[in-house]
Parts: sequence; C-alpha cells; structure tokens
Amino acid sequence: MSEYTSKSEEKFQPVQTNKVGGSPYTGVLGWIDNRLPIIRMFRHEYLDFQVPKSLSYFWSFGGILTICLLLLILTGISLGMHYKPDAKYAFESVEKIMRDVNFGWLIRYAHMNLASFFFIAVYLHIFRGLYYGSYKEPRQLMWIIGIVIFFLMMATAFLGYTLPWGQMSYWGATVITNLFSAIPLFGESIVTWLWGDYSVGDAALNRFYVLHWLIAFLIVGVVVFHVIALHIVGSNNPSGIEPKDTRDTVTFAPYTTSKDLVGMLVFLLIFVAVMMYAPNYLGHPDNYIPANPMVTPAHIVPEWYFLPFYAILRSIPDKLMGVVAMVSSIAVLGLLPWLDFSKVRSSVFRPIWKQCVFLFVLNFFVLMYIGGAPAEGIYLLIGRIATAFWFAFFFILAPLVSLVEKPLPMPQSIHEFEDWKKQGKIKVFQFFGK
Amino acid sequence: MKNYLKFIFVFSFIFILGITNSIQAKESNVSLLKPNWTFNGFFGKFDRAQLQRGYQVYKEVCASCHSMNLLSYRNLSEPGGPEFSEAEVKALAAQYEIQDGPNADGEMFTRKGIPSDRFKSPYPNELASRAANGGAYPPDMSVLVKARPGESDYIYSVLMGYEEKVPANIKLEEGVYYNKYMPGNKIRMAKPLNSGGVEYADGTKATEEQMAKDVVSFLTWAAEPHLEARKKLGFKSVLYLLILTILVYLVKKKIWSRIESKV
Repeated sequence: MSEYTSKSEEKFQPVQTNKVGGSPYTGVLGWIDNRLPIIRMFRHEYLDFQVPKSLSYFWSFGGILTICLLLLILTGISLGMHYKPDAKYAFESVEKIMRDVNFGWLIRYAHMNLASFFFIAVYLHIFRGLYYGSYKEPRQLMWIIGIVIFFLMMATAFLGYTLPWGQMSYWGATVITNLFSAIPLFGESIVTWLWGDYSVGDAALNRFYVLHWLIAFLIVGVVVFHVIALHIVGSNNPSGIEPKDTRDTVTFAPYTTSKDLVGMLVFLLIFVAVMMYAPNYLGHPDNYIPANPMVTPAHIVPEWYFLPFYAILRSIPDKLMGVVAMVSSIAVLGLLPWLDFSKVRSSVFRPIWKQCVFLFVLNFFVLMYIGGAPAEGIYLLIGRIATAFWFAFFFILAPLVSLVEKPLPMPQSIHEFEDWKKQGKIKVFQFFGK
Repeated sequence: MKNYLKFIFVFSFIFILGITNSIQAKESNVSLLKPNWTFNGFFGKFDRAQLQRGYQVYKEVCASCHSMNLLSYRNLSEPGGPEFSEAEVKALAAQYEIQDGPNADGEMFTRKGIPSDRFKSPYPNELASRAANGGAYPPDMSVLVKARPGESDYIYSVLMGYEEKVPANIKLEEGVYYNKYMPGNKIRMAKPLNSGGVEYADGTKATEEQMAKDVVSFLTWAAEPHLEARKKLGFKSVLYLLILTILVYLVKKKIWSRIESKV
C-alpha cells in the first residue's frame, strides 16, 4: 500500500508556508516587519551586530568603498542623461557636460576622480587583508568574492575610460581589445566579434557604454554577496583572534559607525581636495584630444591603477603568455588562503611574513612605475624581476614562510591584545625593523 | 604615532602616483617657463581685462589658422570668463558671416552671427586647413591647454620659445621653425606673436610677453570655463569637510570613551 492511501496521520509532516509574525516591533513597523522582515534584519545586522573591539581605521575601507560605489552610480546616472555613445558626438557631448550642463563639470570631475579613488581605497582594502590575514579560514570565500569584484572593477574602469573618446580612450581600447587576439585559433574572430566591426569604432563605443553600465550594476550585486558573507564570518581584526565574549566586542552602532564615519570623512576630504584643485592630475592630457585613428600617441599608457598589471603584461615577450601572466597575477590572490597555511592570521605576530607583505607593496609600486615607463632597456629588466617577485611572493614565500616562521607569543583574547597594546608590548602597524 | 604612520602611508601612495604620472608627462628635459598666473592657487581667478585682451589676440592672430569649435560667442559674456557685456557680444558676433539654412526654398544663405553661434572656423574642414598650412593641421584650441602636459605653462613656453639661433645639431626643413620648448624642437607654426602685433584698446603695451600671457589666460579659460566656480566651491567644501571631520572625530572619541574607561 502506498503512503497516499494510508490513513495514518503520523506519516505527514506539518507544513506552514506562511511565516508571518515574530516581529519585535508593533504598529506600522511591526505590520511591515511581520510581512517583510527587513527592519529586524537591519537591526540585527547593523545596530546590534557584534564587531571586534580592536578594529583600526584600516577597517573603514569597506564602508568607504560602498560610499564610492554609490557616488559613482549616482554621478554616472546623471552623466548618462547627457552623454552620447556615438563616435561622432561622444567627445563633444562630454565637453557639453563640462561647459553647458548645470554643475556638469562637478559631476563629471567627481565621476572621473572617484574612479581613481575607488582604486586607491580598494588597494588599501586589499593591503589590509594581506597584512592581517583576512583571507584565512573561515573568510576564504569572502576573499575570493572580493577578487571577483576587483576584476569587475577593472573591466568597468577600462570601459568607462573609453567613453570620452579621446586619444587615450581610443588607443587604450585598441590595445586592450587586441589582447584577445592572443587566444589561440579563435583570437581574431573573437576580437572582431567584440568590436562588432573590423576596427575599434562606433559599434565598439556603443557596446562599451552598455557594458560599462551593466558591469557597474553587476558589481553592486557581487558586493551584496561580499557583505552577506562578511555578516556570516564576521570581521577579522588586527589581533587576528576571534572574539570570545563581550569584553572583545562592541556593537556596530554607535561604535563602528562613528569610527567608520571619521574614516569616510577623511577620505572624502582628500578626494574633494584633489577633485577641486587638481581634477586632471590623475588623468592623461592626451584624452583631451579627440580620438583619431590616423594618429598614434607617442606612449599609450593605461590609467595609473592598471600600471602594475600593464607592466606584468609587457614584461613577458610572448603576447599570449603576457595576457595569461597579467590575468593570473590577480587570480593568484584567490589561492593565497591555501598557499599561506600558517595558523596565525595577523602580521603583528608574524615577523617574517610582515616583511614579505611590505616587500610585496614596495614591489607593487615598482611595477606601477615600470608600467608608466617605456618598455625598453633597464625598465624592462626591472619589470621582469618585479614580475618574478610578484609570483614568487605567492608560490614560494607564502608556503615557505608558513613552514619556517615562528610566530611571536600571542595574547589569549582581543581584550588581552588591547591591554598588551596599551602596555606597549606590541605595535600594531609598523614598518621595517623596530 | 600609529595613526601618523597610516597617514604617511596614504600620502606616500599618492606621492608615488605623482612620480609615475610625471614620467609619463615629461617628454623633453627643458623646464618650462612658469609665469605667475592669476588663476593659480587656492583662490585663483581670471583677470577680466586680461581675458578680454587675450580674446583680442586670439581673434586677430590665432584665429587666422586655429579654430575653437567648442565655444560660442555667448560664452564671452558668461560669468567667470571675459565678461563682455551682452551688447558687446552681439556686436562681436555680428562681425562674422555665418552660413545657415536651408531656408523655406531649400537654399543655404549667409547671415550675420548671433551670440548663440559657435566661433567661426578659419577653414571649412581639416583638409582645407592642411592644404593652407603646408600639410600641418593647426589644432583646435578649445581644450588645447588641458591636452598638453604642462598645460598653461607649456603653451606659454612654446609661444615664447622661438629663437633665431638654431643649435647646430638641428636641421630645419622648409616651413619648419626652431622652438626651444616644442617636443623635438621643431614646429610648423611661424612665430605668431611679435611686439605691437595687436593694438590693445585699454592702452596696455602689447609686448610679446604681455600678449602671450593674455592669450594663454584666455585659452585656459576656454578649456576650463568653470575654473573660478570650481575653486570657490572647492575652498568652501574643503573647509566644510574639515570642520565636520573634526566634529565627528570628537563625537567618536566621546562615544568610545564609554568603553575605554572600563578597561
């Protein structure tokens, strides 16, 4: 006899598809919260949320990046209302925004400089992760999602830079899209497909505009995953020790919010000063020359934030391998949680790893310098050494240091860590040596 | 101490950006002439009379070869620029014959310029301009200042960089001139400014240096017409943010003192 015909009631599990209720609120708030529990969720995740007490200002960059992204979208929407993605009119429509649209100059300079500051913040955010071991168990997935965001950011920034259709827009787009021709067998066809034509032109500009928007909103989606993951695994902190009781934590509001707000305002202050007094400092003058397929600029250079990766690309003589090296130089970050298997998270207690991270940062700047210099002679040689060091950091230094390093004596808890800090027993953020 | 180190870190980051950028920008090793521009600095402003003189130099000298397609005559009376009166701008625009149309009969016709017209180009198209200039294309001047490394200083230096004595290692072809500040030291533009080349209405002596300063100021305004508004708003917003940051920092300290005193 099948279950369906059984008369026995015990065989059925009770079901309630309707989950209305359970809100701690009353009145209108309660009515809404019973049906859509976002108010409860907000309170739980953003007001009562427990956060390690020892977070430094380096933990402000998550909030800063969120603000940057929101401002970029806001200014971007306004710009989109005036911009024309047409090879004939793009340059002039940007100039029209700069000249005739009310406060158009402000909106455009804000969007332009925010892109740069978004990268400044994200590099500091990634540095924070490297220094304090934020990629380690259980935060590996959040770290990988972060790298996905970084890839998407690079794509959006590149596409956005092509839109004013100046000389660097055009030639940058030509160089970067041509990288796809390195793909074996299908390379040429893929490039033609990407362009929608046989060269970078009107068709390409039009789709770059669409994709610039699309990917910007994809970033928002992936950021939501990044934040959900954060609220599951919790924040790391300078001690690298997980909180154990309320002596180790503070509530998100008002402690973390007030501290984050200070960080955001300092960042905003620097951003506004640069935007208002040196708005073109981070850009390239050639982009104020309208795109001209007949004239190649003397040096085609990408935006500053791409320079380290551009240097890696150029230091490999083979085109295909260069592209592979460039992409894997970022993707390799995703392997770091497994390449660095030391149980200690924070560099505060890892004397050798700390030096390695600083060398890595130094090497990043060296690559940035090389990326802006001509690819010849001594620059090429330094670029190759720096590229080798980049990969050696991940594949040799990370596992080796985890194996041989003896961590310093550690406190038992975050509140003990805080006491040690006050007694001067440990220094949280220190450059080379003592 | 810890916080200072963090700030040093951030600033060194930006500093290195600057270095990287400057090696991209530096093509020749000659350091540019750097006059004291009225529009430099935190409170920089244009000198109206200077912009008006600069427009005169553009109109009487540069405009015979260089277009300024992104500007309209009406811009000349807008705040933050040369601020000619509206009547003056009407009269200025009316000096030009502008092609318009088609009219109801389908014919193109010419009429006197009006303030909403764009600056009239010296040539109908790029090819015509190349044909008239020995193959060289005098660039459009609307955003020229922002399109060159060194910006205003660079344009000024090129204008002042013509020298009679050509170094022995430089061979000049026909129609090419020596210029100290031009990348490669060769330029296809003949020396444009000569003392007394224009007669200023306000009585200012039209020396070469004066004309160069005036026209570069004008071109800087043309490339960045909202520069004054930007600097004004910039000062206000930086000041506002500075005060707000200090206040919020004090609030933060107060909030955190609740738990720090317990430890």
